Amino acid sequence: MKLTVNGEEYDVDVTPDMPLLWVLRDELGITGPKYGCGIAQCGSCTVHVDGSAVRSCQLAVGDLAGGAVTTIEGLSAPDALHEVQQAWIDHQVAQCGYCQSGQIMQAAALLDLNPSPTDNDIDAAMSGNLCRCGTYPRIRAAVKAAAVKLQEV
Amino acid sequence: MSRIGTIARRTFLIGSVAVAGGVAFGTYLAKKPIPNPLLDDLSDGEAAINPFVKITAEGVELITPRADKGQGSYSTQADLIAEELDIDPASALISPGLPHQAYFNGVVLEEGVPFPGYDDSWMAETARSFMSVPAKIFEMQLTGGSSTVPDMFDKLRTAGAVARETLKQAAAQRSGHSRADLTTEDGHVILPDGTKIAYADLAAEAAQIDPVTDVTLRPPEDWKILGTPRIRRDIPAKSTGAEKYGIDFALDGMLFATVRANPGIGGVLESYDASDAETMPGVEKIVPISHGIAVVATNTWYAFQAANAVNCVWGPGPYPESSAQIWDELDAALENPDRLDHRNRDDGDVEAALNGASPVEAAYRIPFLAHAPLEPMNATVLVTDELCEIWTGTQIPTFVRDHAMKILGFERDQVKVYGQPIGGSFGHRLEGTHVNQAVEIAQAVKGTPIKMTWSREEDMTHDYPRPAAVARGRGVVSEGQVETYDLSVAQSGLTGSWMGRLTGMSIPGPDATITTGSWDQPFAIPNYRVSGYRAPEMVPISSWRSVGASGNGFLHDTFLDELIAAAGADPLEERLRLCHHDPSRKVLEAVGALSGWDGPSLGENRGRGVAFVMSFGVPVAQVIEVTNTPAGVRLDKAFIVADIGPHTLDLANVESQLFGGMIFGLAHAINSELVYENHAPQQDNYHAYEGLRLYQTPEFEVQVLNNGTRIRGIGEPGLPPAAPALGNAIFAATGQRLREMPFNKNIDFV
Ligand code: FES
Ligand code: FES
Repeated sequence: MKLTVNGEEYDVDVTPDMPLLWVLRDELGITGPKYGCGIAQCGSCTVHVDGSAVRSCQLAVGDLAGGAVTTIEGLSAPDALHEVQQAWIDHQVAQCGYCQSGQIMQAAALLDLNPSPTDNDIDAAMSGNLCRCGTYPRIRAAVKAAAVKLQEV
Repeated sequence: MSRIGTIARRTFLIGSVAVAGGVAFGTYLAKKPIPNPLLDDLSDGEAAINPFVKITAEGVELITPRADKGQGSYSTQADLIAEELDIDPASALISPGLPHQAYFNGVVLEEGVPFPGYDDSWMAETARSFMSVPAKIFEMQLTGGSSTVPDMFDKLRTAGAVARETLKQAAAQRSGHSRADLTTEDGHVILPDGTKIAYADLAAEAAQIDPVTDVTLRPPEDWKILGTPRIRRDIPAKSTGAEKYGIDFALDGMLFATVRANPGIGGVLESYDASDAETMPGVEKIVPISHGIAVVATNTWYAFQAANAVNCVWGPGPYPESSAQIWDELDAALENPDRLDHRNRDDGDVEAALNGASPVEAAYRIPFLAHAPLEPMNATVLVTDELCEIWTGTQIPTFVRDHAMKILGFERDQVKVYGQPIGGSFGHRLEGTHVNQAVEIAQAVKGTPIKMTWSREEDMTHDYPRPAAVARGRGVVSEGQVETYDLSVAQSGLTGSWMGRLTGMSIPGPDATITTGSWDQPFAIPNYRVSGYRAPEMVPISSWRSVGASGNGFLHDTFLDELIAAAGADPLEERLRLCHHDPSRKVLEAVGALSGWDGPSLGENRGRGVAFVMSFGVPVAQVIEVTNTPAGVRLDKAFIVADIGPHTLDLANVESQLFGGMIFGLAHAINSELVYENHAPQQDNYHAYEGLRLYQTPEFEVQVLNNGTRIRGIGEPGLPPAAPALGNAIFAATGQRLREMPFNKNIDFV
């Protein structure tokens, strides 16, 4: 089975019902997307498929239908940071950091669709991403800062 | 002071740990020097000046033996060494090192002494100093109890200073100058003429001389790293997906595994039928392990699928099968004088005061809680005939090593444990069952590395939870003041349950964790008593972020708030009137100022609550403002003030830990519990154990004070006041007093 991840083509030999998450992690060694719950409750496995945020634990690789997959490893150009990532560093969001690949991918997709989100928009878009460490106050601040920066570009 | 308390103070009978260390072993073992483990595998031209600093041809490697579960301990440990060693900590390699006695935790057992955290009398300090003895003898390399900073603050700065002076000595011998004429800067020794010699160049010579141990630590006003704003070292990698956690670790030829163990923890596997599962895609092998089965496959997901398809016949779990039965046991223990475990607080005459008065009474319940860190338990293990290598994120590396030795019949030097970055723990990784399972699996496929990952469901149902507890408060108020406060708490003892799994030994003596966070608060109430009743061991239980204070903080402060309300006093002013510890008073005053406190009411359907809990020596006060909307309670704003002792090493990180701890406390107070049926928790994933989400999170303001006398750790103390502050705020807004967690049993939240 063929798939495109971060602009590269891969060929994997798995059953089509395998969730994309496990193809990325265990077949391709792309470990930015994390396993947290496996049932669409935590968002730590979030990737982009053709630009939309998707829970990769819920998408069977056989249903990808040629969609281009972007993981956090492919979010920015090599050696550069996406504004969302920069904001995450500036605000020192991460504690354990395990949820943050998913948080960042979710935030990047939000800002792509909605460049100046209100507080309610941020709440609505980000509340499917669980953070057990409780980094939410800084996630809020970082999303807002990234929105401002992206507008300037 | 009660008789039990008196005996405890006189003889330091503080659970067997203190007996074993302070008394039985005497000073010989306690003073015996510990060899430097880094010397064992040093290459030519490398120097290991002490167990924390290694100089190689490439540069400086710092050993940071306390686990980083997200609390920033790698960063802080590296900064402490770097401050004295004069290197840029960002440029140094860091490694947790291999498990070793040299990395024992000299502070973690101090919480067990029968002296409250605010007591810095000679007696209290002496008792605390004894506690490092068993920690050293039992090689307790342990991360927990908010002890990393207090334990490492002097230790690591000294290690940095010794390394610096030793490198200077090496340069002095080479150059013919005296050491006193040399200085250091950014990884170099500087000669009087300005010539710079890189530390790496001096490694071979430094390795030949005795370390210079006569060093003086720099005063805080000379610090260049500690206390200055900077980005924690792990944060960039955690913002790009580059950080490799234990679950991301990989080896060539590695297979993937998972387990299914008896849902009644400790129950046996009577039989199993894997004939369907064995033919499923990707499955390589299905083997029985202790209490369950394991699947080895070519992909973790294949292993998960096959594990679910194995038919297992389980024996019963060795404890009551339902929460209903467990509550009955706890209620019975609370009424049974024979179950009185300790009474560390007994001031005035509570019995006389309650007699003849019409006391305020209240009954409380707190539930079992899972740790549920976002990274499920996992371990990668390779076993050969000679060696067992383990890659895992753990808070107990020496115990993990010892358990693997036992399983495999190996000697100490045949087991290597390589600590990995950790995606949250909250105490979950103070346990090693999952690593033992991975070792068993690796033994069954000798020569092939396996990465064993628990499914979320396995993780939540095989956690050793925070104990459930019941409590009763009785008190008397008069003339607008709290006069008599009597709190009784019943739960099983977690120390015995946990230490039994770790050491195989039973722990005699009282279990302080039953009342930690309630008996030890800095209040002077004329009649003031706190009693701990020990229920029988039931569900195996463990430490959960802030340990005893996680439940006792709620019980103690909520009942105090009830009495203050009954007295008609102001919640903040009455706490201040009762509080006799100066740094704690300042914390209360500051939270009042920060929140603009002028009473609990904020107008119609709005209110605020204040709570105070001292834990791990850190006084923390929190205020929460809530609105009672038609759809439920909304959390509007939260204020936190904490006193972490004389120095703040990394303010941004301390703030993170404080609001993170408070959010963790709020999350569980609002909506989380484990309910047991058929010996197993019914909550097996986040849909049934929600936690807090961004939309529910209030705005935060955090303030850190430095009035305390001793530097403290901050991973836990932000948690305990959260639940009582919220409950007190809801009382202010609605008149409804919440005495059982989670609160959403009795009130809705938006
Ligand atoms: S792992 Fe996909 S949402 Fe949790
Ligand atoms: S930073 Fe730990 S789960 Fe979010």
